Amino acid sequence: MKFVLLWTDGLAWALVAACIAFAWIVHRHEHLRAPWRRVAHSATAMASVPVLCVFLLIGLADSIHYRLALEQVDKAAPARYAVEVQSVLDALLDRLRTARERTYSAPLAIHAYQKESIDQADGTTVRDYPSLRFAGLHLHSEGERTTDLVVRASSGAVIGLLIWGVIWLGARTRKGEQSRQPSPERTDAAWLSLAIILMCGAMIARCASGYHVFGTDRVGQDVLYLALKSIRTALVIGTLTTFVMLPFSLGLGIAAGYCKGWIDDGVQFIYTTLNSIPSVLLIAAAVLLMQVFIDTHPDLFQTLAERADLRLLFLCIILGLTSWTGLARLLRAEALKLRELDYVQAARALGVSSLRIMSSHVARNAMHLVVITLVTEFSSLVLAEAVLSYIGVGVDPSMNSFGTMINAARLELSREPPVWWSLAAAFSFMFILVLAANLLADAVRDAFDPRTATARIAPAATQAGAHR
Amino acid sequence: MSAWLLRRFAYALVILFAVNLLTFALFFVVNTPDDMARMQLGNKRVSAEAIERWKQEKGYDKPQWFNASASGPGRWTDTLFFEKSVRLFLFDFGNDIDGRSIREEILARMGPSLALAVPVFLVGLAFNITFALGMAFFRGTALDLSGRIACIGLMSVSSLFYIISGQYLVSKVFALVPISGFSGGFDALRFLVLPVAIGVLGGIGAGARFYRTLFLEEIGRDYVRTARAKGLSEWTVMFRHVLRNALIPILTGVVAVIPTLFMGSLLAESFFGIPGLGSYTIDAIQSQDFLVVRSMVFLGSALYIVGLLLTDISYTLVDPRVRLE
Repeated sequence: MKFVLLWTDGLAWALVAACIAFAWIVHRHEHLRAPWRRVAHSATAMASVPVLCVFLLIGLADSIHYRLALEQVDKAAPARYAVEVQSVLDALLDRLRTARERTYSAPLAIHAYQKESIDQADGTTVRDYPSLRFAGLHLHSEGERTTDLVVRASSGAVIGLLIWGVIWLGARTRKGEQSRQPSPERTDAAWLSLAIILMCGAMIARCASGYHVFGTDRVGQDVLYLALKSIRTALVIGTLTTFVMLPFSLGLGIAAGYCKGWIDDGVQFIYTTLNSIPSVLLIAAAVLLMQVFIDTHPDLFQTLAERADLRLLFLCIILGLTSWTGLARLLRAEALKLRELDYVQAARALGVSSLRIMSSHVARNAMHLVVITLVTEFSSLVLAEAVLSYIGVGVDPSMNSFGTMINAARLELSREPPVWWSLAAAFSFMFILVLAANLLADAVRDAFDPRTATARIAPAATQAGAHR
Repeated sequence: MSAWLLRRFAYALVILFAVNLLTFALFFVVNTPDDMARMQLGNKRVSAEAIERWKQEKGYDKPQWFNASASGPGRWTDTLFFEKSVRLFLFDFGNDIDGRSIREEILARMGPSLALAVPVFLVGLAFNITFALGMAFFRGTALDLSGRIACIGLMSVSSLFYIISGQYLVSKVFALVPISGFSGGFDALRFLVLPVAIGVLGGIGAGARFYRTLFLEEIGRDYVRTARAKGLSEWTVMFRHVLRNALIPILTGVVAVIPTLFMGSLLAESFFGIPGLGSYTIDAIQSQDFLVVRSMVFLGSALYIVGLLLTDISYTLVDPRVRLE
């Protein structure tokens, strides 16, 4: 076995390390912790945290790649590795990955979608729906399917609840006495959503061991597997893109606002120019160029996965280049405001260098804008990926993503009966991810934005009642 | 005012020139005409003569920046940059891959694009403002909270889902309107109802939520408290005071979008087979017709800059405190 470090893997893990470091710094400073605590007061945000954590775990498990060693005939020869790059998630989902049917099959079905000629034992052939190769093999007769599914689902629910109970008891005994007094933090919402996730997860896992829970696609691959594999792509695009653009927006935005003058003019000119180009067209142009480069340099890439990965990274960079302007503009306005404040004037009077004022006084006090942008951009980027893949300028067609799933399945609704499950799986996974991110982003914006933090909205009842 | 306009116009020209330089660099320097010829001619085993012939036919065989073989001003004008970029300023876009004039195509496709984009824009604006005003009216109550969550839910659905499921349910299952296509005159209504409805639905989430925050910001102002102190009813306060003042940021924000309506909607046009500029762009991207893509980039940038100008002007019109200098 040989580990393969793809570009996006390395960046994703670096990002995780950076987030842990950031969390550590926040944890040690009370004034940084306060807004995060306000986020925890929102029940919807707390409920979405476990959902995002599950997606994150799946994405990270899919970010450790390796190539299996091939069996060696000659012991002396150097080790040879499979061309196919696998991830830890593939190993975990080995059954789903290898359970390949011939073509479409409906969710939880035991028969294929199309009729085929089947040779009977007595030599005749009939046209009927053939049995699937990997679904419902343990059943003795067709009638057992419903009872079997009910048993599997309910046992899954019980298992999920049991796991939840163990975690809950563990957390409770660790916290001990101090948790007795009521706190405004809505951990109850987080526990509730964790219970639901564990129950659904265990139910799906129980059923997936005997059936194709979301059916199979045109080439017979399990749709659940495809959807789970797509999560990593969505997460990479949603997070790396904003981080790629972060140095640009921070550096140029703050420099423009703090220094004013020709630097300000120059930065404004750059972002007006970039903004004026319709972003889809700029992305399309850049991706087409990238494709030409990849096609003319096939020797740079050892495996198909590396090629697809480089295209993904490039897509992130291009999306970042077209979207850094929004954050840069916000930071410029904030720096213009901050540079007039007393503590910045004092620092300047004390002879602190401009660079240091920008980095430790201005940038640090504009961090709330960065946090808000990071969380709000995430969901729009995940949605954008699907659209770009539809237009044909998204990720590599060989890479699993929600966009490629939708693109491959969108014409199948016109079949009779319609093949809806691929679309349904892609859209519902994407919806859950984006909804959770949006709910969290909403709470983060409320907690970090000083405008909403100072002027909390009074309920209509009290305001309307005041003048009566 | 006129001096200001003149200065802004000059600035716009400079930006357009920068856009042109950027797209020229993207399309011709990084990606040489040879690559383009190879891609258009289909395979990698194209003979050098075929490439040369293709370049000559399409006019790509000139030097990029400076033509040493020509004389006089021709040294600068008889180049690829002048032919392909500077001419865009005169709205001379050249021909697309099929040999049709891009300019004619754009003029012909503008109508269908506007027929879709303008109703989506107007109906959507009215819808969003009404929805947001309702949420602001019931602010802090369960109704407001459920409205907000509904907005976030609507925002979280992919626009592809709205289009695909709408097309499937309305056109295929219930067969109320044709699945796709377009025709002139009143007949177009049949084809436009569904895409307009979907466009409006897809925009509600983000729009209504944004307008709600604008309304709430306005509600916290002193003059609103004064109005309440005078004893005006909540209804009058909302419509006579809050709505009118919140319309200033809404309208000035919206003005920037109006010129870009000409560009059409990429997804809706391509799914519903509306022969507008959006579907033209997607077709050009998919057939890698760089000249069309570049023309659309130029057109889009120009319209964006017009939008910026209109925004500044509209500020002075609705807010007497702002003056153009």
